[in-house]
Amino acid sequence: MSERESISIWFFIGISLLGDGLLTLSAGLWEIWNPPMTRVVLYQFHANAWGGALLAVVGAAYCWYFAPSKTR
Amino acid sequence: MGYGAHLMIPVDHATPLSVFAATIAPTQLVHLTPVDGVIIVFYFALVLTIGFYLKRYANTSEDYFMAGREMTAWIAGLSFLSANLGALELMGWAGAAYQYGIQAVHWYWIGAIPAMLFLGLVMMPFYYISKTHSVPGYLKLRFGEPTRAISAVTFAVMTVLMSGINMYSMALVMKVVLGWNINFSIWVSAITVAVYVGLGGLRSAIFNEVLQFMLIWAGALLIPILGLVEAHGWNNLKAQIARNAGAEYTHVWSTLGTFHTNPLGINWFGIVFGLGFVISFGYWTTDFLVVQRILAAKDIRSAKMAPIIGAAFKMFVPFIVILPGLLGIALLPMKLTGEGLAVATGGHSYNEVLPLMLARYAGPGLLGLGVTALMAGFMSGMAGNVSAFATVWTYDLYKALFHKSATDRQLVSMGRWCTILGVLISIGTAYIVMDFLSIMDYVQALFSFFIAPLFGTVILGMLWKRATAAGGFWGLLIGTLSSVGMWAWVKVNPSAVGTLAFYPNAGPLAQDVWRGLWCWIVCVVVTIVVSLMTRPKPDSELVGLVMGVTPIPSEGELALYQRPIFWAVIVMVVLVALNIYLW
Repeated sequence: MSERESISIWFFIGISLLGDGLLTLSAGLWEIWNPPMTRVVLYQFHANAWGGALLAVVGAAYCWYFAPSKTR
Repeated sequence: MGYGAHLMIPVDHATPLSVFAATIAPTQLVHLTPVDGVIIVFYFALVLTIGFYLKRYANTSEDYFMAGREMTAWIAGLSFLSANLGALELMGWAGAAYQYGIQAVHWYWIGAIPAMLFLGLVMMPFYYISKTHSVPGYLKLRFGEPTRAISAVTFAVMTVLMSGINMYSMALVMKVVLGWNINFSIWVSAITVAVYVGLGGLRSAIFNEVLQFMLIWAGALLIPILGLVEAHGWNNLKAQIARNAGAEYTHVWSTLGTFHTNPLGINWFGIVFGLGFVISFGYWTTDFLVVQRILAAKDIRSAKMAPIIGAAFKMFVPFIVILPGLLGIALLPMKLTGEGLAVATGGHSYNEVLPLMLARYAGPGLLGLGVTALMAGFMSGMAGNVSAFATVWTYDLYKALFHKSATDRQLVSMGRWCTILGVLISIGTAYIVMDFLSIMDYVQALFSFFIAPLFGTVILGMLWKRATAAGGFWGLLIGTLSSVGMWAWVKVNPSAVGTLAFYPNAGPLAQDVWRGLWCWIVCVVVTIVVSLMTRPKPDSELVGLVMGVTPIPSEGELALYQRPIFWAVIVMVVLVALNIYLW
């Protein structure tokens, strides 16, 4: 959008993906070190660990690229 | 939302929504961990932060209702799509895919893409050049005040009622999936939407819709990926579905030669002309809920590109909606059924396929993301309803009928109050339907009455300069009444389905498609006949409103890849290729 002095929406999205990614990654790593008794299907792929990592990387990239200091 | 909220039954396709409400499963489907709770709270905190931050940019009516007309094509396009992508839509169509097979994809492809491209290439220039604030506003410019009044009143009333029904339905879903208290779900989500839309207006709604669009993908994407891994690829998935349900569940066109050879009970003519033309074009080109997002584009090229961008992403939404339903057929150990049977047997219904697949693959963290995706979908749809209601009420009813000399500051103030009022009416509706469940089915049916005839009126108004004010008014009125009449006819005499839809066993989706086609034809015929009997406006009064008398800015100086038509052709080619591949 015409960011008109405002913080870019993509920066907010970056914050969201980074935060959610880090939380999900943490939960995934915790599960790897402390395997649960009840496991989801395909648990062996640790989807929350790599999915969370992917989100965090994408989110960090958005935060960096659309940082308010760069877009203003 | 979209067909989910406005045209089709969102949660349940085989039985009325009230049955779903009355027969929800007694036990919750998934259990959240603390990290899932933190992800959900983080989401709420972020959308509220955006609302408070954007309040400073919502000072004038143009800012508040049109987001300053400053949105890029990408923002407007994703918002356009997100306003339609409600949580009930996600769950409902995943359930439809389980029930009807891959043919549910028609509501995403032929039932959406051509209409979105048509909106961008043909209709958007007239909406944009006319500088209207709303679709009823365009009707005022083209056909006069009476036509606008019909359109504005019906849209405003039905929008808040639908918003309330969706709010209640979502609270039910949260109860089924998470075991949450219904009152808690209703009030927390409603207050959040009221705060961020009330503060930042359409800009805030659009910002959050784009955020919600990303979260929906982030939360839902792993289900089809892991599902395909478990099914050992697409070909094995199709073979498993053929064994479990039938080969016709994996073909999009080859079984549509006749009514009785496919799970939907419809033939290709109904899909192509009823769904692909009338219903789809009606919703995507005239429902102000979605069109409002495009009107906020910063220039005419962005306004043309936005629906094309939306169409490109829409084409891949079945990956996170339809595919999980198909995976459910192949992989879930239990057989899902209609709501009534599910309750009678203590089993699960079609509508629960998406949360069941989520619970199957999503561990801590991913589960929170998935639930956030559902909530984000619900809130984006509700914000869309509320912001569209506030705009239509303020411009097309308050300013047009009650306070013609309202100042800009008064309009913004009215918009904010309307947002709060719209949310309160929605909450009231939610509580009314809680006590009188059958109201839900009637209101949902009512909303679908207006879309197809409205498309007839708008398209004739834009493309045929001979259409007159009287023609537009009577065409819209009689077309709408004919839709109501056909619906009532089937209610009173169920055997009328055989006449209306050419097939006595036509399902609810097929009936919607045929009723839409018939009432559109009635609207068009009446509009043409009355127009030919009445005096048209001179061309000079139609400039900016009608094709042929409106100069459209040339795109000759743009490189090929910058032209909307170039990207529209690419989207169509991919669409055709996908349909052929899944024939």
